[in-house]
Amino acid sequence: MTWRQKLATYLVVGPFAIVLAFPFYFALVTMFKTNLDLANVQHSPYVYNDLEGNFRWDFWNYATTEHVAFLFEETNYPRWLVNTLLVGGIVVGITLLFAMPAGYALARLAGRWGQSAGVGIFLVYLVPPTLLFLPLSRLVTELGLKDRLLALMLVYPSFTIPFATWLLMGFFKTIPQELEEAALVDGASRLRALASIVLPISLPGILTVVIFAFSLCVNEFIYAFTFISTSEHRTISAGIPNDLIRGDVFFWQSLMAATLIPSIPLALLYNAFLDRFIKGFTGGAFR
Amino acid sequence: MEAQAARVGPAARSWRHAFESRRVLAPALIAPAVLFMVLVVGVPFAWAIYLSMTDAVGGSLTGNWVGLDNFTEAWQDENFRRALRNTLIFTLASQALVVVGAALLSAFLVRDFRGKWLVRFLVILPWAAPVVLSTIGWLWILDSLYSVVNWTLARLSLDGALVWLLDAVGLEEDAQVPLQWLGRPNLALVAITLVHAWRILPFAVVIFIAGRASIPSEVEDAARIDGATGLKKLWYVDVPLQLPIALVAVLFGIVFTAGDFAVVYILTRGGPFNSTQVLPTWAYAIGIDSGSLGAGAAISLYLFPLLVVVSVLMLYFARRVQVT
Repeated sequence: MTWRQKLATYLVVGPFAIVLAFPFYFALVTMFKTNLDLANVQHSPYVYNDLEGNFRWDFWNYATTEHVAFLFEETNYPRWLVNTLLVGGIVVGITLLFAMPAGYALARLAGRWGQSAGVGIFLVYLVPPTLLFLPLSRLVTELGLKDRLLALMLVYPSFTIPFATWLLMGFFKTIPQELEEAALVDGASRLRALASIVLPISLPGILTVVIFAFSLCVNEFIYAFTFISTSEHRTISAGIPNDLIRGDVFFWQSLMAATLIPSIPLALLYNAFLDRFIKGFTGGAFR
Repeated sequence: MEAQAARVGPAARSWRHAFESRRVLAPALIAPAVLFMVLVVGVPFAWAIYLSMTDAVGGSLTGNWVGLDNFTEAWQDENFRRALRNTLIFTLASQALVVVGAALLSAFLVRDFRGKWLVRFLVILPWAAPVVLSTIGWLWILDSLYSVVNWTLARLSLDGALVWLLDAVGLEEDAQVPLQWLGRPNLALVAITLVHAWRILPFAVVIFIAGRASIPSEVEDAARIDGATGLKKLWYVDVPLQLPIALVAVLFGIVFTAGDFAVVYILTRGGPFNSTQVLPTWAYAIGIDSGSLGAGAAISLYLFPLLVVVSVLMLYFARRVQVT
């Protein structure tokens, strides 16, 4: 690249990166702000200031961790984190149980109708929860699952299974068929070939599914919001806006900490598995 | 004993054999997933259709048959029509921004430059973060009193100019400093559109980049030999080749935006004065808050035609992608 091209690249990419990442930087600054610094509209919100409103480089002397401590000690936040991990973990387990055989069969065994079946399953992923939450909230109540995490564990696979089946189908397609055929010739059954040959090779793909399916569960809002009514049973997505935002009293520092803490590990995982995700998501359409 | 073993043997073997054949094994492996889908998506969906034609209220699973009354009554309600209009505005406006942004950003992100991994990490943050949580971040950025946007505008002495501009384009007639981004109907529409565009953009960028990577290098070479450069190449080579994949990204964006409940609910709860309601939040307001289950179901079902159209288009373009 010439220096002009380089300059142009940075001039486009830089502003985009700044705008897209800004809310996270801002959350990071806010979560350690003292009340006096935050509440004074004369103070710069971008940095930490002393009492006169002057920007300080030694920001650690003008920041505080008390609001993060408040979040973990005085609210149900730790509980929500545990609930979220629990729901996400169980849902991912259920998802793999259903999606792995289906994805494999769609990639390998089913003929022409398999292609349509695969697309059909994928279309289910496009049905938004906002279309189903009203009847589901009633059904959940009828089944005695209201206000129980079990309700979320049973309903979340409705979007993770189609999503995971599609991804896994894409991954399985990229594995050379000859590998299994060799095993079949050697007398192994299909399922055995699946377990001992295909699964180990597709482990990175399966891990990608685990991460993205888990993240779908963390993202989900309307089910978590309507099915669960007690604070202790909430997941983070429903707990934070419900219990940490009370009327006009905002605990902004704690709120920002609450939103940033789960986002960062998820972002790191996304970054690590992004290329694999794209491969599977596009169904092996671009190779 | 021997005879019995002989009898069981072939039968078991043939059963195993049948299980080995594609015709049996494939459906056997797919069926559980399909069955699960029918139970947790098919049944509630059918129930939603049934409910939408009854006068069911909260606390019951059934109601009296009212035909299409819920749909016509919803249509006559001004709030509903505004919710429908807002859903379309948010979806189309945000996706327009997303397409332009993603096309531009992806064109530069495929280049090799120092610090690319950092840029990529920053760019996909909005997509990786749970939508509820990042929207709360925006709630703080757009706060009525402490908004960092207003603070910055004031420091740059641009706030007066913006107020004048908003008045000049007719967006806010008597806006005042500090701007109430979420407290004024039109500004709230703008804010919500921008938040949607912000959160969908990274996904579109990623898909665009994958689409670019799929263009064979022979095409580039051929274009160069034929003397296609700059705008000409963009128009005759890049755009046609990337259009199908770009459309797939947009269609995903449409589904994710139109069906979204969290962004509007967190930012404005549909306010001020129901001016930013969308179909999902309005369905929630009627179906859960007011307890009119049937009417709420009818409102959310208005989303369905949009989904059908999008799905059909997506299948069409996805096929085109696979062909090229």
